[in-house]
Amino acid sequence: MLDCTPKGPVDTHKTGTINPIKTCQPLGAMYAALGIHGCLPHSHGSQGCCAYHRMALTRHFRDPAMASSSSFTEGASVFGGAGNLKTSIKNVFAIYNPDIIAVHTTCLSETIGDDLPTIIKQSEIPEGKYVIHANTPSYHGSHITGFSNMCKGIVSYLAESDGNPKKEQLNIFPGFVNPGDMREVQRIVTEMGIPSIMYPDTTDVMDSPLLKTYEMYPSGGAKIEDIRDSGNSKLTLALGAWSSAEAAAILQDKCGVPGVPLKLPIGVKATDALIMAVKDGFGVDVPASLEIERGQVIDTMIDTHFHYQGKTVAVFGDPDLVIALTEFLITLGMIPKYVITGTNGKNFEKIINEMLEEAGIEGSKVKAEGDLFDLHEWIKEESVDLLMGNSHGKYIARAEDIPLVRVGFPISDRAVHPLMPVTGYRGCLRLIEMISNTLLDRRDRDAADEDYELVL
Amino acid sequence: MENTCSQTPEQDALITERQHSIVTTGNTKTSINCTDDSLAGSVSQRACVFCGARVVLNPVTDAVHLVHGPIGCAAYTYDIRGSLSSGSEMYRRSFSTDMKEKDVIFGGEKKLAACLAELAEKHHPPAIFVYSTCVSGMIGDDIVAVCKEASLTYDIDVIPVESSGFISGNKIVGYRAAGEALLRLITPKEGEVIEKTRKLNFLGEYNLGGEKWVVERYLREIGIEINVAFTGDSTVKALKKAPGSCLNIVQCTGSMHWVANQMYEAFGIPYLDVNFFGAENTAESLRKIAAFYDDPEISARTEALIEREMQAVKDVNEKYRKSLEGKRAAIYVGGAFKAFAIIRQLTELGMEIVLTGTQTGKKTEYERMGSLLNEGTVIIDDANPAEIEKFLIEKKVDVMAGGVKERFLAYKLGVGFIDHNHDRKDGLIGFEGAIRFTKEVYATTCSPVWKYVRHEYGETDQ
Ligand code: SF4
Repeated sequence: MLDCTPKGPVDTHKTGTINPIKTCQPLGAMYAALGIHGCLPHSHGSQGCCAYHRMALTRHFRDPAMASSSSFTEGASVFGGAGNLKTSIKNVFAIYNPDIIAVHTTCLSETIGDDLPTIIKQSEIPEGKYVIHANTPSYHGSHITGFSNMCKGIVSYLAESDGNPKKEQLNIFPGFVNPGDMREVQRIVTEMGIPSIMYPDTTDVMDSPLLKTYEMYPSGGAKIEDIRDSGNSKLTLALGAWSSAEAAAILQDKCGVPGVPLKLPIGVKATDALIMAVKDGFGVDVPASLEIERGQVIDTMIDTHFHYQGKTVAVFGDPDLVIALTEFLITLGMIPKYVITGTNGKNFEKIINEMLEEAGIEGSKVKAEGDLFDLHEWIKEESVDLLMGNSHGKYIARAEDIPLVRVGFPISDRAVHPLMPVTGYRGCLRLIEMISNTLLDRRDRDAADEDYELVL
Repeated sequence: MENTCSQTPEQDALITERQHSIVTTGNTKTSINCTDDSLAGSVSQRACVFCGARVVLNPVTDAVHLVHGPIGCAAYTYDIRGSLSSGSEMYRRSFSTDMKEKDVIFGGEKKLAACLAELAEKHHPPAIFVYSTCVSGMIGDDIVAVCKEASLTYDIDVIPVESSGFISGNKIVGYRAAGEALLRLITPKEGEVIEKTRKLNFLGEYNLGGEKWVVERYLREIGIEINVAFTGDSTVKALKKAPGSCLNIVQCTGSMHWVANQMYEAFGIPYLDVNFFGAENTAESLRKIAAFYDDPEISARTEALIEREMQAVKDVNEKYRKSLEGKRAAIYVGGAFKAFAIIRQLTELGMEIVLTGTQTGKKTEYERMGSLLNEGTVIIDDANPAEIEKFLIEKKVDVMAGGVKERFLAYKLGVGFIDHNHDRKDGLIGFEGAIRFTKEVYATTCSPVWKYVRHEYGETDQ
């Protein structure tokens, strides 16, 4: 594992995937569903997937991730899963009493061809409760596609327009980010004085506090009535093209709420863009408090630029995150040498290459639908100063002796990260802190006695 | 912390259909249901057939483990096993055919064959295990034929593991699929003779956190060699020598009894059940093995080792017993053999077991479990989080031993937690493992953090 590439010349593989940077759709759908208040995600397939997704989410967030499963066995696979789903819906409402069940399919139920809308229509759903669904075959896209599909499902089932002139409120689709990031985006918008509806919203669900009692459905999550009301908002900001853009487009079609696609607000430029979109959409001024925050970021960048400027960096992870992060790294004067995502989508390479070109950076390698094996082969050929990505990067980091800054999903070997934002200006400060300090730690470690300095 | 159950009382967390999967020692006449499929709609902690096969085979260190399916099944099992290797690290990479829509429609055999070709040519592994998953099983890919073909072309073992997840919700079916794959690997080719030795095979030992190495050291001290473990820190070459052993010792019975029986029939190798979790169990197991060899020298060394090590364990346990006596514990683990060991260890520390259960226990194992426990202890098969939550609160549990999905639930309820899962990296085996276990139980049960949980806002002193 530590040296995970074969000897000989660099030759990325042509078949299959080795050491993936992605996982399958249902995980993303489950995460999105957990961002609705009182929701129990339901996996329509065999038990294994459900157990795995819960485990993967639990490892990253260090909070219980509840979800039920249709528990397919051979019978369901032969005769179809309609019976299992109907029984599941009945049982879930009777036992776990959620406000809403968000069903997602798996590769198995997709292959069988279960018709979810029809099965749901035929199911017993108690008065005032909801069952929604998303198609999430694992053999297409990645967990980000699944997140996006569930967001689309939420909009199609729940959002509605009263037909009245639009309210002075903003919808935010936050993208596949940590609860700490969602909280930060909400804070910025609140600071601008604009009421907002965010969904999915996993704050206080996947970073829930330990209070006196444990709740299976924590206090957080977007309320169904708010999601419904999002059809009456004046504007939607869709953060991240891969995870949010399609849901915003559906909301625009369905309820006439204009949707503005933005990058994830990681880095100064992307955060500026978020704030400007709110400013333009609602005709408000940017409050002094946010200007101060921005000023602090710029001030910090000046204080620290010589720590990282000109350093080469390899970035890997989910497309929305990697795109915004790469933009920020370029702003910092760093050189994104390798930029790679596991998710498919031609635009990824185009967007990154344009950014690199604009910055005059040559010789970088960019790949969508790549894996960590590819990245390791590249790094073997020519190393970098810093790696940025999820925990799986740690083996390359160790084998090639490169420091790793953990950002993205999944992070399974560090704590606290789900609560700390990388978005917004505060996120900029945190990223700068991580990047700078990691490089300085390395410098201290490598310094000869005579070069070991107190002030760096 | 004042805890109330998050379930409303009328739901009471107990699904009627699951009534027979929960018993209380002493006052239930009926025996436990444990072979049922999980109920549709329940939040089961169980995994799938593929998962069972993968955890058993994954520790074969120099093999390529190729998961034939969409990316998920491989991504979730990407280096999550705590099995250590003394040599190759090949097994920790995640290989997948990463099936796409067109493979599902037109069949994935071509893609599988192409992957096998590239892997064999580039990485030259001595064997490739090919796991079928839900989709590849469902669309009917003939992995047996593809593997056979590749095997002939590249002259290495390419072994199909028929582990489509939907076959059953029970991991045991996956253990069996893995067992079949292992037998296929170790059965000598025609005309091949495997030399008989006085070495033993250690079945159902996965070298989590180097656990196999600990037992290997004990055995070496008493004069016995391990031939190969199934499958901790094993290589393809070593596994192929397995038929030459004089004895199989079996630790994880759930995964390996079937294999042991098959090996008895095919190669005449007898087997013994052992359990190296907990000091008493370790001593007993060493004695059993020594008795099999029936050699006074071995017996004498065994007794000397046990005496020396037991003293060390006793010293530590005495030190911690004071703080742990009377604390209430819950156990929910994958297999029964682990539950037995933990029950024994916690009881030795003066703790009271108020709840136990497993994902894959058998009827006889549950009966034995019942006999080890005080009256009033709840036993659950295939528990769901609502049930665990209910009983953790009701039984006022102080500490729980379980796997990753239980950890944060326990924490949220203000309950200490000990990881006894298949992905831990600190070994719990043998005498030193018993000592580590005691220290871990103490650390989590008596951590100062609980003072902040169990008190009113602002009050933290006990
Ligand atoms: S249940 Fe099927 S699809 Fe899910 S992880 Fe197991 S084998 Fe893979």
